[in-house]
Amino acid sequence: MSAQARDAAIVGIHEYPSRDVAGLVSPLQIKAASAAQALADAGLGWQDVDAIYDAGEGGGMAGLNIAEYFGLKPNVIDTTSVGGSSYEYHAAHARRDIAAGKARVALLTYGSTAHSNAQAIGVGGRGGGAHPADNMESFSGMTLVANYAMVARRHMHEYGTTSRQLAEISTATRAHAMRNPQAVKAMEDLEFLDIRETTLDDVVNSRMIADPLHLLECCMISDGGGAVVIAAADVARDCRNTPVWILGSGEATKYTENGGDITTSAAAQSGPSAFAEAGVAPAEIDIAMIYDSFSITVLALLEDLGFCGKGEGGAWVEGGRLRFDRPQDGPALNTDGGGLSSNHPGMRGIFLLIEAVRQLRGESCSQVSGARLAIAHGNGGMLGSRHCAGSVILGRD
Amino acid sequence: MSESPLPPKRPLPKLTEADTAEFWKRTRDQQLSYQQCSDCDEIVFYPRHHCTHCLGNNLEWRTASGKGTVYTFSVIRQSYHPFFRSRLPYAVAWIDLEEGPRILSNVVGLADPATLEIGQSVEVEWEPHEELSIPLFKPVSAPV
Ligand SMILES: [Zn+2]
Repeated sequence: MSAQARDAAIVGIHEYPSRDVAGLVSPLQIKAASAAQALADAGLGWQDVDAIYDAGEGGGMAGLNIAEYFGLKPNVIDTTSVGGSSYEYHAAHARRDIAAGKARVALLTYGSTAHSNAQAIGVGGRGGGAHPADNMESFSGMTLVANYAMVARRHMHEYGTTSRQLAEISTATRAHAMRNPQAVKAMEDLEFLDIRETTLDDVVNSRMIADPLHLLECCMISDGGGAVVIAAADVARDCRNTPVWILGSGEATKYTENGGDITTSAAAQSGPSAFAEAGVAPAEIDIAMIYDSFSITVLALLEDLGFCGKGEGGAWVEGGRLRFDRPQDGPALNTDGGGLSSNHPGMRGIFLLIEAVRQLRGESCSQVSGARLAIAHGNGGMLGSRHCAGSVILGRD
Repeated sequence: MSESPLPPKRPLPKLTEADTAEFWKRTRDQQLSYQQCSDCDEIVFYPRHHCTHCLGNNLEWRTASGKGTVYTFSVIRQSYHPFFRSRLPYAVAWIDLEEGPRILSNVVGLADPATLEIGQSVEVEWEPHEELSIPLFKPVSAPV
């Protein structure tokens, strides 16, 4: 095993607490407010930031807009915009830029008012777009939920996966959400009915949105945002909190190919790169922060990342294996309550980093005792047609 | 009395999109088309101006038989788009054409779309519009 690099660490985090800002706060304001809190968490100041990473949700010419809005003149700007996986890319790029000596303190921010704007992210139809793929597909009335449902359907066909097995993802995540006051508040503010731990029956008896995916297998649509501060090793060691090192990363794309396998995601490419760079095996991971847009997303990604074999995910997740209080059985899944039950304003990737850091600092509401290694895996775009994957392996000393 | 509103319309492809316009022009004559590279034989779909295997520009248009099988599908039960909301529930599917291209479309003609199955044999059924036709698919009984 090669020596793990200690180039850069996450030193500051903040998750914007409100999931319903009632139209009173803008995405840019959420980004700025979160930046201030994450820098305070690190014990760093505004003037320390010399690199900005931004997914462009503020619109326009992303890198310029955000620098001016913040009132910063960074040496490094990275506006990689790959949906929900953007923040895993940003973390990887920040580490690379810091290791290259181009930056010392990197700031990642996210803000969204998807809920206040009543964006029908999951079930809205798309108009004919400028991209050729859109021009070939939007006549069909495909929805985002159906896109993922088509992966689930094929997974069931090839491997015998059942809705009850997929429901394990939802019930484990909800159990974690019920332990997280911010997640419970989120479900209250978003007017979830009957907020409690769910059973497998609850999930499979909930309303079908797009066969075979039920309501309780779909993420929420919230407002929200957050910030992450990443610093060079010497800066990190002087910060307020235990440094959470970025040990390895991987990036990949996947898109529709004639004759391709829809059940295998880009994680099958990004995961091995990340694990190899970190010198870590999936079996060593304590915390799996895996993008849970839908139940099937997690199942496919767990397989592709190597936690179990392809097609074995259904049996592997049975019996509550993913809960935080079952560490002997493998990693705990989405211990903040996930996009399913805590926070999904459209691009959830930043929360994967934030909760992984909480766990490695020992600050989670569903703390895994002695957690040392985590993976944050973002999936941006759409699992069933075209998406990007960003895998980041995190560890503490 | 106010007039009753026009029924919502299916969103149609643009005939101005550079890579896919030719595909849609060919649908006027109810031709379901794809491209094949003259240099390396790669099938290219969705249509482009370059071969995705060798980056050459010697792509030839071919006409598919319109026959294929359902690779996977979903039955949509919730949509906020006015046209599609009026059609609920409906089936969307990735269909593998017998020549190789994989196309996204709707499978129509089932009393209950939930009875659709992966592997179902389908064939194209055209929905004509003014400037183009939309390739929908309907089940055909599979050869024994
Ligand atoms: Zn070629």
